[in-house]
Amino acid sequence: MDFLIFKAPMLMVQASLDGILLGILFALIAYGMALQWGVMNIINIAQGDLVILGGYIAYTIYLWGIHPAWGVIISPIIMFFVGWGLYKLVINKVVDRDLFISILATFGIAIVFQQLMNFIFGADVVVAQSEYGTTMLFDNSVTLPNSKIFSAFISVLYAIALVIYMKKSKLGRAIRATAQNARAAKILGVDTEKVYAATFGINAALCGIAGALISITLTLHPYVGLPYTVRSFMIVIVAGLGNLPAVAVSGMGLGLFEEFADYILGTEFRIGAVFLLLVLILVYRRFKLSRKREYLK
Amino acid sequence: MNKIAKLFVTFISAITLALVSFTSSFAKVEGEYIVLGSAISLTGKYSSNGVHTQNGYNMAVERINKMGGVEVQGKKYKFEIIYYDDESNPKRAAQLAERLIKQDGVHYMLGPYSSGLTKAIAPVTEKYKIPMVEANGASRSLFTKGYKYLFAVLSPANQYLEVAIDLAVEKNGGKGVKIAQAFEQDAFSQDVRLGILDAAKRTGSEIIIDDKLPKELNDMAATLAKVKAVKPDVLVVSGHTKGALTAIRQISEMKVDVPMLAMTHCDAAKLSKQHGKKSEFALCASQWHKNLSYKDKFFGSGKKYAKDFQKEFGYDPPYQSAESSAALLVFKDAFERANSFDRDAVRDALVDTEMQTFYGNIKFGPGGQNVAKPMILFQVRCKGDDCENRVVAPTKWASDKFYHPIPKWSERS
Repeated sequence: MDFLIFKAPMLMVQASLDGILLGILFALIAYGMALQWGVMNIINIAQGDLVILGGYIAYTIYLWGIHPAWGVIISPIIMFFVGWGLYKLVINKVVDRDLFISILATFGIAIVFQQLMNFIFGADVVVAQSEYGTTMLFDNSVTLPNSKIFSAFISVLYAIALVIYMKKSKLGRAIRATAQNARAAKILGVDTEKVYAATFGINAALCGIAGALISITLTLHPYVGLPYTVRSFMIVIVAGLGNLPAVAVSGMGLGLFEEFADYILGTEFRIGAVFLLLVLILVYRRFKLSRKREYLK
Repeated sequence: MNKIAKLFVTFISAITLALVSFTSSFAKVEGEYIVLGSAISLTGKYSSNGVHTQNGYNMAVERINKMGGVEVQGKKYKFEIIYYDDESNPKRAAQLAERLIKQDGVHYMLGPYSSGLTKAIAPVTEKYKIPMVEANGASRSLFTKGYKYLFAVLSPANQYLEVAIDLAVEKNGGKGVKIAQAFEQDAFSQDVRLGILDAAKRTGSEIIIDDKLPKELNDMAATLAKVKAVKPDVLVVSGHTKGALTAIRQISEMKVDVPMLAMTHCDAAKLSKQHGKKSEFALCASQWHKNLSYKDKFFGSGKKYAKDFQKEFGYDPPYQSAESSAALLVFKDAFERANSFDRDAVRDALVDTEMQTFYGNIKFGPGGQNVAKPMILFQVRCKGDDCENRVVAPTKWASDKFYHPIPKWSERS
């Protein structure tokens, strides 16, 4: 039973594709986190809950009889304003405080969001049906849900669009300038307040897209946000801030690693293996850092 | 400002005082009322099932009171329940149990929703020697701790899917089968798993996949890919509603062909409503189904209960409601046989319970679990997009034939 994956090579193809497709989706969430972490120096514990809220928006339009895939357009629009409002209401008060305050504040937001979603949408686990069917490869031995392919495709599309927007647009330049040096940007006439609000809004919008995709690929429940926060946190830790290609690679890499850990170590060690990897990476980073310091001395 | 603050403080203290004197006036039996206490999940992650539980309790209280109440020493009493919201939080539930017993003077408890919360409350009720009849904690570990004041009207978790293995073996001509199983890593699902291990040993079956899914389970693709590769005779899944919904979603999307699929929590997950035709042929373990032929004089039959419940609350009763209603019937029966409000007399009467309710036969084993009622299996069957659950096992109550094997996805429309 052990190492089934080596006996059936098709499983390896299946595991790789599953891991990569899911990894891309997680990378999108992580990118939002990296963006506002980099710009505002805030670790958003409510990230996963924003994702789930985005999912519920898609689920709501699905209940109205609209295809849930439209959620990838409607949900980010609504979520952008949710993010903007959240910034004006809470985040602007913690943005230049230390990290602990912001973690505490976003943790509070996470709890409020969970309870609100529970109140509005109920505690039942829900799914939206895309009816996209399945792609079968290699004589039906590898099956890929089209909804997963769709969500990976949409994630990539939005990620590319965002990169271009960041490079070309005025707001994008302002965001990048603020990330590099907020004070200097302010002196040069950048309205950093607006930049922060927009950044938080963009992050929430990215969560909205991811949520809509999750509603058709996985399941929704008011209290499942935290795993998404943790996952994107790990991806960002591995990739570093403000480096989109690294976030994408690290997202896919973690997805792959997790799938293979499932086959080789067993399902129960799947999450544990990812955490172990995280610890190793952090230790390695620390090690590298201490070497550097010695060198500087 | 200061004045207002003072006024406010006085006001609050007055209210608190009033509340305290009000609540402490409750006792085990107040006037013509027998007061029961329950911590229940009205908010938080169990809130939907918590409400089903509460509705079940309330429905039974109303019915019993309307039909003459409880007769003890020639006098008629009515039931009344004090509820507190435990926020789906075990710690809170234990605190509230303590509060119900110490502050509100409750001497008889009804259980909360879920095994986890029942586990949190049981040590408290045990400490104060308060009889608790619970209807929603099925975990096996509740019944192995030697609790003397805990009584459960439902079948323990390890029995949930044993029937399914028996059925698979029966279909295989009495020979052992190959089982693939995936269980969430929580107390309940792991108990279900233990039951399957027992059943496998008993029937000479072989477990070829034994995956433990993480609690934050949202993806079973790896497990299902393995299932596709090894082709078991039966796939067993348990991971609460999330597990059931994820399993059907991914089994249908990945076109996993298994001859038999058995799981838990289908009705709580509204499986056939959310997944429609894709959920067809899934076997689901259930404590109760309205079509079973059990009867009692308060609710009549299961069908009648379902009709009355529908009228009262506007939805079809899930088994969580039915078993909760049954808990009240058990209490009534015990009070009348004890013919006393002495806690230990009531407890002893509970031990000797042997009765039939619309929900099923009830007789408590040495650990407090109900040993008189088997679990049932229903199968989701669809006509077009309209799906319903039909009882297929055990054969005594089966209203329909068990459809086996499940047709391949390529043959399903």
